[in-house]
Amino acid sequence: MERVPILKIGDILLVSIQLDMSDQTAVQLQEDLAERIVDTGCHGVIIDITALDIVDSFVGRMLSTIASISKVLDAETVVVGMRPAVAITLVELGLSLNGIRTALNVERGMELIAAAHADELEFQLDDDPDETATT
Amino acid sequence: MALSTEESGRLAALLGEQDERVTTRWTEIVTSSLRGRLSQAELRRQVQDLHRAIVTTSEQGVIDLSADSAAELRAALSELSRGRARQGFSATETTISIFALKDVLAELVQEAGGPNALHDYVAFSKLVDEMGLFTFESFVRTRESLIADQAEQLLELSTPVVKLWEGVVAVPLVGTLDSARAQVVMERLLQTLVDTSSPYAIIDITGVPAVDTQVAQHILKTVVAARLMGADCIISGIRPQIAQTIVALGIEFGDIATKASLADALRHVLRLTGVETARRQPRRGI
Repeated sequence: MERVPILKIGDILLVSIQLDMSDQTAVQLQEDLAERIVDTGCHGVIIDITALDIVDSFVGRMLSTIASISKVLDAETVVVGMRPAVAITLVELGLSLNGIRTALNVERGMELIAAAHADELEFQLDDDPDETATT
Repeated sequence: MALSTEESGRLAALLGEQDERVTTRWTEIVTSSLRGRLSQAELRRQVQDLHRAIVTTSEQGVIDLSADSAAELRAALSELSRGRARQGFSATETTISIFALKDVLAELVQEAGGPNALHDYVAFSKLVDEMGLFTFESFVRTRESLIADQAEQLLELSTPVVKLWEGVVAVPLVGTLDSARAQVVMERLLQTLVDTSSPYAIIDITGVPAVDTQVAQHILKTVVAARLMGADCIISGIRPQIAQTIVALGIEFGDIATKASLADALRHVLRLTGVETARRQPRRGI
């Protein structure tokens, strides 16, 4: 069975989907990804769909599921590289990828995750002085 | 509606014998109808071409405009109507050049006399009518293809996507937005977003004369598609009347940012991207 490779770049896991997804591949990808997030402790997942000509409701649901799983494991998911034709088709079909963040390319996706992560760090740093002040 | 062999033979004889006189008279009639918008020499050349085509075709025997043997005549007729259509003549002015032949034929037949005069004239005018209809049809066809070409060119010209800033592109929409144009705009905008990897797009509707529910629907679709790809759209250039129409129609733009002018939209985007704009001492001219 074909598997989708998952690459680790710094604090981010990069999944580039290059083949037509079947039920099995999708389930396998979800399992692999959940495992890798836990193993590596990464805080971001980028799914690259540049190579996908067709995004139907099946792939849409798979993306939503992956986003939800990652969310539970405290990792931000960004879908990148959607083609114009794919976006137009999705809009015409009335499908919206709820709860999924998107970016134009991998670079922008990494920026987005870095920004989200930076906010979190800032928040934590902000918290600390308050605590020390009250004690 | 074809002419019989004898009839076409007589037609060929009638037109062929008095070659010079036919073309001169024909040119005169056409010139008066066009009121000098084409030069006499030009008209004369066209008429001579037609005359030659009719004579050669009728010499071959049976004349039927749809037959293979009449290919030359058809070519001459369509060339005439194509030329007139491109020069901006009306349909009447074009077909009258053909119908003028009737007057010439009437004179000729009357002079020749004979027992078959009336019968011949009716047969000849049927042929002329047919030629007139053919001319009219090819005139319309030429006009239609002209209009189609122009519509296509307009579509190409009227949807530019311009880069305003690093990572910011704008689409100034001008003219009415129908489904075909909306599709082109959408595709081009999304493609530009990918090509320039710009995360912000401004859709400026200053040049759109009216916004109805359909136009709004097209704009909303474009915005949603851009969002799916990971880019944000801002709508700008909403004129007061259009704002009133949008509210009256109950169109909801939801959480899409709308600004009154393109400048406001650009300032909004720059603020989002964290670019600082500051006023400096204006530079004096030297």
